[in-house]
Amino acid sequence: MTKQKERNKEKMEVDRESFRDQVSRLKLKDETLIGLYRTMATVRHFELMADKLYAAGKVHGTMHLSAGQEAVAAGISLAVRQDDYFINHHRGHGHFIAKGADINLMMAEFIGRDTGYNHGRGGSMHIADFQSHNLGANGIVGGGIPQAVGVGLALQMQKRDEICICVFGDGAANEGVFHEAMNMAALWKLPILYVCENNKYGMSMDVERATSKLPIAQRGDAYGIPWACVDGNDVVEVYEAMKTAAEHVRSGKGPYFVETITYRYFGHSKSDRNLYRSREEIEDWKQNRDPIMRFTKHLLQSEILDEAQAQEIDNQAEQVIVKAVEFAEASPEPDLSTVLEYVYA
Amino acid sequence: MPEISYLEAIRQALWQEMKRDERVFLLGEDIGRYGGAFGLTHGMLDEFGPERVRETPISEATIVATAIGASLLGMRPVAEIMFMDFVFLALDQIVNQAAKMHFMFGGRTNVPIVIRMPGGSGAGAASQHSQSLESILMHFPGLKVINPSTPYDAKGLMLSAIRDPNPVCFVEHKILYKTKGEVPEGDYTIPIGVAEIKRPGRDITVVANNIMVMKTLAVAENLAKDGIEVEVIDPRTLLPLDTETIINSVRRTGRLLVVHEACRTGGWAGEVIASVVGSPAFDYIDTPVRRLGGKDIPIPYNRGLEKIAIPQSSEIEQEIRDMVEGRI
Repeated sequence: MTKQKERNKEKMEVDRESFRDQVSRLKLKDETLIGLYRTMATVRHFELMADKLYAAGKVHGTMHLSAGQEAVAAGISLAVRQDDYFINHHRGHGHFIAKGADINLMMAEFIGRDTGYNHGRGGSMHIADFQSHNLGANGIVGGGIPQAVGVGLALQMQKRDEICICVFGDGAANEGVFHEAMNMAALWKLPILYVCENNKYGMSMDVERATSKLPIAQRGDAYGIPWACVDGNDVVEVYEAMKTAAEHVRSGKGPYFVETITYRYFGHSKSDRNLYRSREEIEDWKQNRDPIMRFTKHLLQSEILDEAQAQEIDNQAEQVIVKAVEFAEASPEPDLSTVLEYVYA
Repeated sequence: MPEISYLEAIRQALWQEMKRDERVFLLGEDIGRYGGAFGLTHGMLDEFGPERVRETPISEATIVATAIGASLLGMRPVAEIMFMDFVFLALDQIVNQAAKMHFMFGGRTNVPIVIRMPGGSGAGAASQHSQSLESILMHFPGLKVINPSTPYDAKGLMLSAIRDPNPVCFVEHKILYKTKGEVPEGDYTIPIGVAEIKRPGRDITVVANNIMVMKTLAVAENLAKDGIEVEVIDPRTLLPLDTETIINSVRRTGRLLVVHEACRTGGWAGEVIASVVGSPAFDYIDTPVRRLGGKDIPIPYNRGLEKIAIPQSSEIEQEIRDMVEGRI
């Protein structure tokens, strides 16, 4: 563990490393970087559109938006394989998109249409696509953390080389199952990459008021799980941490725990009036630490993209979302006569 | 046909299914060398090894969650909750997760798991190791709840439970573990959701589960000597409940008594009675329908107190006589 901490420290020191040097050390090609940018832009547009659709009265129920957290989703997806298994949390749109979900089907599920991933039965909080190894989001905070143990166990028993990525928030880390699961995952050396997406608030509860010792990831020490805590708004840093973690996990050495420090721009859900944080704090994250803005700046300075190209990609991402809304809105509602379906397999 | 115990019948089902299907594995606390708290998995570690007889830390929620996660990747786990009372620790995973996944994910996946849990009083285990909680589990669509009373039913229903594509709570009764009965050595299944008339009779329908089936059958033998013919129905599965068999029986007998060990208030008898009186069988009922449940108290430790906390044979007999002889 000490080694890990030293590495983190070294990492801080080499933070002055230029973006160019960093991406060349990580062998990230320009097109890959552009792909990261496109993924983040797509997530951002999805979330902005979700907010608009809600305001227009087109969303039944609530939603949990991940705008501001795009770098975590994009960084993970680049560091793991397409066939790896994914367990998501309630603020999960970004992770689904980064994993390559069909955005039309996501949007249709989001507004409760029959063509949605889950025939309108799940909505925003329960999007799942088992064919693409996307095991679903969870409406119960921490609910997926122990299920990852089972996925990891099955992968181990079936002698497969996929891994399970399980993402949860800072709030979920204080659920009892977090501790049960960490213990069992480490005990059985299961192939699980646990990612705590610390966006500073569990609903309204500041992580510093909810958690006795930070960073959350240091709890890995208690279970003999290697860990890292990284800037979740730096997509390349997220990628690097996840790559190291995923390699460790895939090599059969057991679980790895990465915490990403990030921030959500929208409230916890739609009923949130942001009474627990200041406008200044939100603006500070938006103006100075936005993951997309920071990454765009690097791409422009390194001449990987020029402004027109960046704008073009952003426009394309927006169009994907606009088309998804068209698809979803043109889709039928579930037939009411099917209300009793899907209770039993 | 060989005679084996209820406990051996369940072990035989697990054993044979693990031989037949390599996706099946067991997980739970102390199920290895110790053989489980009641010795049900005795010998299975040596036969199948620690991978498939997987001992876990004392983490009930994660035991069930592990079963769920593994089932999503095609495994067929059978998880053990050592005492049914501990199921509360795992209820989020059973109710909010396992029971709902097929539905809320629009049929895109299913959760073929079995959760074994011994319940019931009579062992002097006091309030936190003696409950009959099957009524609670009936309340959750997506779950199946099985509650066998005989070794024959236990084996056949366990094989069905493991092969079922849905999450199944398999509720055993610790006092039944030693009861013996004829059980075929080979493979057979009993359909989930089908009640059985354990004894036909024309005068009254008594619906009972687990040990109350045994008690009621003994009472029925006694009453037959006095010319009272009791029809005894064992639902065997509580969810989905085979109301049709019960309704048809009441149409013949005109009387209904439900007997269970679970606390009377909120017990499954209420569900059975509501299903019957709300059906066309109502026209055939000529005596008020009745239920006998456990007293509305936690199970006490003291032997005498524990005994009278649940319906006694004498009470069942009196209730039936009163109903048939027109005193109620």
